[in-house]
Amino acid sequence: MKILIIGATSAIAKSTARIYAERNSQLFLVGRDENRLNEMKIDLELRGASSVRILALDIVEHEEHAIPINLAAKFLENIDLTLICHGSLPNQESCETNFKEIEKAIKINALSTISLCTEISKQLKKQKGGTLAVITSVAGERGRQPNFIYGAAKSMVSTYLQGLRGKLLPFGIHVIDIKPGLVDSPMTAGLDKGPLWATPESIAVQIVNGVSRKQHTVYAPSYWRFIMFAVRSIPEFIFKKLKI
Amino acid sequence: MRLQGWGRFPDIAAEFIEPVSVELIQKSLKEKNKVLPLIPRGAGRSYGDSALASRVISTRFLDQFIAFDHKTQTIQCGSGTTLETVLKFITPKGYFIPVLPGTKYVSIGGAIAADIHGKNHHKSGSFCSYVSELSLMLANGEIIKCSETKNPDLFQATCGGMGLTGIIVDAVLLLKRVTSVSIRKRSLIARDLTECMDIIDETEDSEYSVAWLDCLASKARLGRSIIHLGEHCENGRAEHESRRRMSIPFSTPSILLNKCSISLFNSALYNLRKYGSEISTVGYDSYFFPLDFIKNWNRLYGPQGFLQYQFAIPITNSKQSISEVLKKIHASGKGPLLSVLKKFGEGNNNYLSFPFRGYSLALDFKKEVGLFPLLAELDEIILANGGRLYLAKDARMTEDVFKRSYLDWEKFLNVKSKVDPNHLFASLQSNRIGLT
Repeated sequence: MKILIIGATSAIAKSTARIYAERNSQLFLVGRDENRLNEMKIDLELRGASSVRILALDIVEHEEHAIPINLAAKFLENIDLTLICHGSLPNQESCETNFKEIEKAIKINALSTISLCTEISKQLKKQKGGTLAVITSVAGERGRQPNFIYGAAKSMVSTYLQGLRGKLLPFGIHVIDIKPGLVDSPMTAGLDKGPLWATPESIAVQIVNGVSRKQHTVYAPSYWRFIMFAVRSIPEFIFKKLKI
Repeated sequence: MRLQGWGRFPDIAAEFIEPVSVELIQKSLKEKNKVLPLIPRGAGRSYGDSALASRVISTRFLDQFIAFDHKTQTIQCGSGTTLETVLKFITPKGYFIPVLPGTKYVSIGGAIAADIHGKNHHKSGSFCSYVSELSLMLANGEIIKCSETKNPDLFQATCGGMGLTGIIVDAVLLLKRVTSVSIRKRSLIARDLTECMDIIDETEDSEYSVAWLDCLASKARLGRSIIHLGEHCENGRAEHESRRRMSIPFSTPSILLNKCSISLFNSALYNLRKYGSEISTVGYDSYFFPLDFIKNWNRLYGPQGFLQYQFAIPITNSKQSISEVLKKIHASGKGPLLSVLKKFGEGNNNYLSFPFRGYSLALDFKKEVGLFPLLAELDEIILANGGRLYLAKDARMTEDVFKRSYLDWEKFLNVKSKVDPNHLFASLQSNRIGLT
């Protein structure tokens, strides 16, 4: 398989890349930290990747998103799978009093992703096929008091993907929305982890399965489908009082 | 956040740092305003407080493969890589890790820091004998290479040094070639402790050897046990196998583990084998890591957690002293759930490594009132017979007990003070036993 991963040094992306490397995939990695990308390249090639190329680029800073996509297309020729794993958890408290923070959070978690999807769509349409998998979050399913800025951004991406899925269908392109629950990753460092927390490795397995089964929405781990069903079912007059 | 060792005792609040790269670890060491002691932590599989401190720095994300060389039969990987990951990678290529502990979920860094041993210690020694080189980040952030020839003092102190000399960043491991990763297992029954130890002595040629003791059997049956011997099969599967796992999602009430249920469990194990077959071929997973089948089995001991008590004792007088220990436990009524007896081969020169020629017994105790006095009594028996306790499992040993049994502790401190004069690296354990 020929795979483009954006936000490749994230814990979930790293674990997913390893599974595909073991299946002798060809990988094009885009991330911010060049040293870590180089380490990943060595690691993935040892694990069996047929070839790996890296591109150090800050997706949020550089708005010319056509460039990385074109470089990837040149290296991979035909991009079978594009995985976008980029984002960061904003501080809800400081967001609520500072719109600049909100703007930044929306830009990182939503606008840059949507911009990337726009460019990738062009490429996928050209090659008439491929899969686009984007990591959003269960946080996007309902605006909860502890993290509704992050949730709002992720929700924007999910809504966008729903529409895009239909638009790309005639071209044989499949769009997957991956919604992880609580993941024990660097993004959540320092938080106490309870029984519902999953490892990036287990999320990666769900992603790979979701891609091969052509699912539309992947809850990772799958029990989040039921948890979020319950969360969505709570009547608003009760929900507004909950600090969950 | 709250942090514990695998035994879930003690439970402390600590600053837990999980840097994603070596550079970020260096950066956090250089934060000048922070003078709080710090200890590295790998997979968190040491039982007690050896990876607990006010600041704990995780090597979990240093988990990349760096090099693999068929010619030298070595693999170099980040210290956060687990044995499971390495096994999955090397077994299809016909290699195996020369020393495996009872779980595959330990990190390479942790395996070196505790100089772990396995079921083949009598033949192959401990883990660090197969570490050909390691990179160590010192208190000043500098990274240096250590091996038997490069900085040998520091290598000797770091192997088994419980993370107190610095942070192990990566390591080169020597692998062994095997014909198969399937294990031909022979399970022998011993009716009491004497018979068990005789069988272990007679079967010393076996590559792997370990005995499960029923600690609740008393009087004439004291120490009745099953001895599991193992050899690699001549041929058979080389590929990695994965088993489905059970999981204990939360702490079960510790009342479930009582004298009656433990006794039933041990009798069941004993009788299963008694009426089962003597020789079988099993996957390496089930031979080496039987407990890994149950994820988070440590939660079975309830919210209070448990302690593992593992000691090594010289061969002279070993039968008497082990049976004295068993009798004392039996009299106390605190039945350990699992007890594992194993024979050690020669020890090595690492200052704080645990194994030496003799026997080792590991016992799990639920944390409860009256346990510490019992363990203190056991300490005396063990010290009187020239034994010592395993640091990777300890949560309670006193400074006196430690210094009377780890005689090279001063040599260790000499080396440590050269690279870490201000004792930046310190754990709750190292404070307790008077090393920092």
